Amino acid sequence: MSRRPFVRLVSGTRWYFGHPRYLRYMSREVTCIFIGAFALLLLRAVERLSAGQAAYASFLAAIAGPWSALGLSLVVIFALHNAVSWFNVTPKALPVQIGEGFLPGGFIVAAHYAAWILVSLAVLLFAGVL
Amino acid sequence: MNERMVQLEVLRYDPQVDDEPHFQHYEVPCKEEWVVLDALNAIKESIDPTLNYRWSCHMAVCGSCGMMINGEPRLSCHAFLRGFAGVIRVEPLAHFPIERDLVTVADDFIDKLKRVKPYLIPGEPRPIGAGEYLQTPAQLMKYRHFSMCINCMLCYAACPQYALQPLFLGPAAITLAHRYNLDSRDGGREQRQQVIATDEGVWECSFVGACSEVCPKAVDPAAALQQVKVASTLDWFREHLLPGSAT
Repeated sequence: MSRRPFVRLVSGTRWYFGHPRYLRYMSREVTCIFIGAFALLLLRAVERLSAGQAAYASFLAAIAGPWSALGLSLVVIFALHNAVSWFNVTPKALPVQIGEGFLPGGFIVAAHYAAWILVSLAVLLFAGVL
Repeated sequence: MNERMVQLEVLRYDPQVDDEPHFQHYEVPCKEEWVVLDALNAIKESIDPTLNYRWSCHMAVCGSCGMMINGEPRLSCHAFLRGFAGVIRVEPLAHFPIERDLVTVADDFIDKLKRVKPYLIPGEPRPIGAGEYLQTPAQLMKYRHFSMCINCMLCYAACPQYALQPLFLGPAAITLAHRYNLDSRDGGREQRQQVIATDEGVWECSFVGACSEVCPKAVDPAAALQQVKVASTLDWFREHLLPGSAT
C-alpha cells in the first residue's frame, strides 16, 4: 500500500486569526512596537536636552497637542498591557520550591508588582516629583 | 439511559483516491455519557467501517486518540458529547501530515523525542551492589509534574511555532528533556543541552502558551520551556563571565 501523507499548510501571515488565544498572544507581542517607538522618542528627548534648554523647549512644544497626548496614552496602555501580561506569567519561568511544595504563583506575581511600584517611586523621588 | 442523535463532520482522506481531505457528515445515535471516541467507534461499527483513527486505552492515559475537535486539540476519549452543541467537527491533529482520515504521521515527533534522550543517564558508573538510587520527596516534586506527559502531541497541534518552523523541537520533547535534567539521579544534562539550548530548540519558543492550555495532563510545557531558557541563559553567563566554571 503506497503512502501519500497530506500536508496542511499554515499561513505565515494569517495564522493568528485561527484561535482567540493566538490573538491574545499577538496583542502582547504587538505592544513592543509602541514601546519601541516611545524609546526612540525618549532618545530624541535626551539628545535635544543635551543640545540645550532652547532645543529641549522647542522639542516639548513640538510634541505638545492632542495627537501627541493620544499617542502617549496609547503607549501607556500598551506598556501596561505588556507589563501585566508578562508579570502574570512569571511564576512559570521562576517557580520557587519550598520543601515538597511550590510557592503559589500569586506571591511571585505580587512580588513583581511590589518591585515595580518601588522602582517607580524611586524614579519619581530621584526626579524630584515626590 | 438517554440516547440522542449527534451530528459529526469528520475529515476523511484516502491517499489512494483523494487529492485532498474532505468532510463527511454522520448522524450517530449516542448515549448521554459518551465521549467523541465512543461516537467514532459507533460510526466504525455500525455506519462506516472504513473510518480510520487511533485509540487504545479510552481513559486519557495512552495519548493515542488526540484529534482536533471543533478546532481544539483534545483527547477524543476525554471530550464528552454533552459538552458540545450542534455539529461536532472532528479533524486530525493540526500541524502533522495526514496519513489517512484522522490518523497523522507522528515520525517527526518520535524523532525529536529520541534526540533529547528522555531517559536517565547516570552521571557516574555505579555497581548494582551499591543499591538503588535514593531520592527525597522534595527532589521528586521538583520534576514530578513534568513527568506526567503522555506524548499525546496535543501541544504540538496547538503550537503555532511548530507549525511555522517545523525544525522546532517542540513543547513535549523539550519538557521531557527538562524533566530528566531536573532529576537528582540524572547526569545527562550537558548532552541534552546541546540539543535543546539551540535555535531549533528552546529559543524557537516565543511563549505563546497554547501548549499548556491544551495539555490534558496539566504538565505545563510552557513553564518547562521558560525554565530551560532561564537555565540556559545562566549557563551562558557562567561560561562567559566565570571561565573555567562547570555548568
